[in-house]
This record gives sequence, structure tokens and C-alpha cells, in this order.
Amino acid sequence: MKTLVTLPLVVPLAAAALSLLMRRFLVAQRVLGITAATASLGIALALVVRVDGTGPAVAALGGWHPPLGIALVADRFAALMLVVAAAALLGVLVYAVGQGRVDTAMPGFHPVYQVLAAGVALGLLTGDLFTLFVAFEVMLIASYVLITARAGAAHVRATLTYVVVGLTASALFLATVALIYAAAGTVNLADLAGRLDGVSPTIRAALGWLLFMVFGIKAAIFPLFFWLPDSYPTAPSPVTAIFAGLLTKVGVYAMIRTQTLLFPSDEPSQVMLALAGLTMVVGVLGAIAQSDIRRILSFHIVSQIGYMVMGLGFFTVAGLAAAIVFLVHQIVVKTVLFLVGGLVEDTAGTGNLAKVGGVLHRHPLVALLYLPAALSLAGLPPFSGFVGKLALVQAGFAASQAPVVAVSLAASILTLFSMAKIWAGAFWGQPTGEDCRRPGAVGLAATGALVVASLAIAVVAQPLLGLATRAGADLLAADVYRAVVLGG
Amino acid sequence: MSLVLALTAGALFAAGTYLLLQRLLTRIVVGLGLIAHGANLLLLGAAGRPGAAPIITEGGAAYSDPLPQALVLTAIVITFGVTAFLLALAWRSWALTRSDAVEDDLEDRRIARLGRSGG
Repeated sequence: MKTLVTLPLVVPLAAAALSLLMRRFLVAQRVLGITAATASLGIALALVVRVDGTGPAVAALGGWHPPLGIALVADRFAALMLVVAAAALLGVLVYAVGQGRVDTAMPGFHPVYQVLAAGVALGLLTGDLFTLFVAFEVMLIASYVLITARAGAAHVRATLTYVVVGLTASALFLATVALIYAAAGTVNLADLAGRLDGVSPTIRAALGWLLFMVFGIKAAIFPLFFWLPDSYPTAPSPVTAIFAGLLTKVGVYAMIRTQTLLFPSDEPSQVMLALAGLTMVVGVLGAIAQSDIRRILSFHIVSQIGYMVMGLGFFTVAGLAAAIVFLVHQIVVKTVLFLVGGLVEDTAGTGNLAKVGGVLHRHPLVALLYLPAALSLAGLPPFSGFVGKLALVQAGFAASQAPVVAVSLAASILTLFSMAKIWAGAFWGQPTGEDCRRPGAVGLAATGALVVASLAIAVVAQPLLGLATRAGADLLAADVYRAVVLGG
Repeated sequence: MSLVLALTAGALFAAGTYLLLQRLLTRIVVGLGLIAHGANLLLLGAAGRPGAAPIITEGGAAYSDPLPQALVLTAIVITFGVTAFLLALAWRSWALTRSDAVEDDLEDRRIARLGRSGG
């Protein structure tokens, strides 16, 4: 069981090291990368089944038991996130290999991609605040390399913004860790949950909001989102897709984890709900103003983060369960949308809605992949987004927070409008522009597999919501988490 | 936490923030370095009373908390790595654009102008 908890970390790191040794053999790198990503998915699936059956699993690294040593903790939330993250990582890697441009142009692509996977896994599994900081660094440094490696004169400024904002957030995170250590004398999350009870409520609240702000920058919530729509669209399409699918979501994960474990609240947090509402509205309005597919989708990342923060802000089991389901749906659907955006750019040579048109006539398969993902993002039944949004709305009414629920529904309608704008601009109409190249079969298959995964989320909605509800109940039962980690 | 350490950390954060808000990339890099140092000092200050070695002796003499020192070491290594990366990036930005200034998001400016002319 302990081995199973460490494997999600060991497999990608070992693959990264091996891949670095094989840097002259692209085919071997590709085979190794896809094998490692498939193995990670299998391990994550085994982990979620075990954890759901027998409760959280703890691995004390180096035999040093918490609170002294670093512990990896896999509870239902972490294991579920690990599965979805592994699926997205695998899908995007297959797409990138099929497209065959990123890894030929960027020699270090495969090792760095595996390091990114390891950083994500460490961030999800760690039971230690400082290790969480290290995990974010591992993940972000990998992302800095991926986003800057091919940036030409036109994009180098945007990637600089990304790196500088990332570094600033990291320094703030470190300062917050220092303040928390000064107040409570530990960085182990389970130990902190107990020791923070002895800290004065004012200081505790201040630390909570500092941590919320740090993860708010990483997750791109209002008003800390400005860097995201600027920088994400500049990377190659598989890189943007995995960033969009995973990076901000790990920020949301860390936010949910720390807020529920360290700074729990008995009643809905009005500040969080207000920020959530503003994030949804500002994000979607920003999306409507844009005229480039990737920039539209980037603003939607921001908008959708608001829904997850809303679920957290209710501080109820139903709210957290809805946020978790929404998180799962978002990782898959956002990745799909950016991959489809990449396919459109491949076929038409540009993602600018003024220049591209008629993709439906030339490549109906691409349009077929876009449609379910777009409708799912807007939250139309019977797609996966509807399941998440319905759960959020129900949780909102159960917590008597009607205003923010109304805002979220209005933002959904605007999302639908924005998705229709892409459809009308890129897929309908007369084919314009030159027909550059046919979308590759592998790329289409990888995107298709993720579309099927997003449809599957809607099909297994009831069991998923059940698992998410158990995970949400785990999150609010901090005493159980403490007992498992410190007793193990 | 000693007052000198706290004041130094505060001064580093203030100077770093000022430099971070500048247009020139070289200043931003220095600013980020200062902020990172400020955070490191803060972490060191969190260790409690300074001056003793981080070793538990048999006599039960006072000892410093070793954990923040270990954390600071890790943080310093990470900061070193990313600063080197950022410097390389700054150099490439200069090589590509022949300018050290970080400019506005052009697409965003264009959209904003669109809004003004339309309204």
C-alpha cells in the first residue's frame, strides 16, 4: 500500500531521468513517455479503488514518521484528482507525439513533461506545507521551460510575465510558510490542523487569507488572474492544453485542501463567494471580448475557476462534493477544448476567428469533437458540465446562498454565447483561408478519447458524485485525517 | 525573532516590491531576488531564539530549531535555479527584441481600443 502511494511520484521521475539519457533517440523517448503515462494512469486507478475501499493511505518517506518526516497522504480527493490528472497527461502526450512538432522542435520536451507530471503528483499527494511549496516549484519550473522553450520575439514578453508572476507567487508562498511556522511550529498539514487551534483567531485568519491569496494567484481567481490569458495562448497547443487542464486546478486543489484542513469554517465564507462570483463574471466577459480561439478559452479557464471556489466557499459536504466533480469535469473538458483549438489552428493556420471559417465543411470530425466539449463547458445537459453545475446549484440553495448561484447561472449563459461565437466563427460559414494540413489521425484519436472520457463522466455521474461526497466528507472531517496521518 | 532580522526582511520586501513594479527586466530580476531573500530571512526568523547550535546536547543546553535552516537551504537552492533561468530568459528577450523593457499585452490593448471606438 505504501509503495502504491509513492509510485505516482517515482514513475514519472524515473521516466524523466531515463528520457534524458535517451535524448538522441526520439522514438525511444516517445515510447517511454507514453508507457510511463499509461502506467501512472493504471497506478492512480488502483490507488483510488484501494483508498475508497480501505481509507486514506500514508507513506512516511525515509521511514521518518510525521510530524517529523515528510508524509505522502492519498485520501479519496487526492487519489481521484490523480486519476484525472494522469488521464489528461496521457491524452495530451499522445496528441503531442501524434502532432510530432513539439518534441522534434524542443529536444528536452519528454523529460520536462515527465517532471511536470511528477510535480503535479507530489502536489496532490503531499501532506506537508513546505513539500507543497517544493511541488509547486517542480511543476512551475517544468512549465517555465515548456512555455519559454519555443517562444520567439512575438511571445517572449508574455512568457516573461508568466515566469515573473510565478516567481512572485512562490516567494509569497515561502513567506507565508515562514509565518505559519512561526505561529504554529510545524509544517506538517495534519499536525498544523491541531496546533493552529492554539493560535489566536486573528492571526489564524490572517494566515488563512495569505495562503488563500497565494493559491489564488496560482489558480487565477479575480483579481489575480491577469497573467493567465496573456501567457497561456503563446505556448504550442499541447503545452497550452496541459497547462489549461492541470496547473490552475492544482492551485484550486491546494486551496481546497488547506482551507478545509487548516482554516475550517462552520458557515459559508461570504468573501470567497463574492470573489467566486466576480471571477466567473469577469472571466466570461473577458472571453466574449476576445477574437482568438485560444484567448477566448484562456479567459474561460478563469471564469470556470470561480465555480470551484464557489463550491469551496459553501463549506458544506455537498458544496465540496460539487466542487470536486466540477474539478474533474474541468480538467478533461478544458484539455479537450484546447486540443481542438490546436486542431483548428493546424488545419487553418490560425486561431483568429476573423480569418478562420468553414472548418465544419473541410474537417467535420474536428467539429464533432468540439461540440460536446463546448456544450459541456456551458453546462448543458446531458454533458459532464451539467452534472457539476447542477450539484453546485443544489449545494448553493441548500446553503441558502441564492445570489451567487444566480450569478453562476448567468455566467453559464454567457459561456454558451461565447462557445457559440467560436462555433459560428470557426466551424460554420464558407471555408476561408488556405487549407494548411489535414489533422493527424493520432491527434484526432487522442482528443476523441478525452471527449469519450468527458462523456463518461456524465454517464457515471451518480457513482462519481457518491465518491466526491465521500471525499468531501473526508475533507471536512479534519480529525480523521489527523488521526490517520499522525497515528500511522 | 530579533528586531534586526525582522526589519531587514521588511526592508528587503519593500525594496523588492518597488523594483518588481518597474518596466526594466533587469530591475525585476533584482527585485525578485530581494523578495526571495526577504522570505528566506523570514523563515530563518521563524526558528525562534538565535545564537545556539542546532544540536541537542546531553546537558540540555538551549539549542536552535534546525528545521527552518533546512527549509531555507532548500529555498535558496530553488531561488538560485530559477534566478539563473530568469537571467537566461532576460538575455534571450534582449537578444530577440533588443529591448530590456517589459511591454504591454498588445492583443489586450487592441481589444481595449475596439471597446472604446465601438462605445
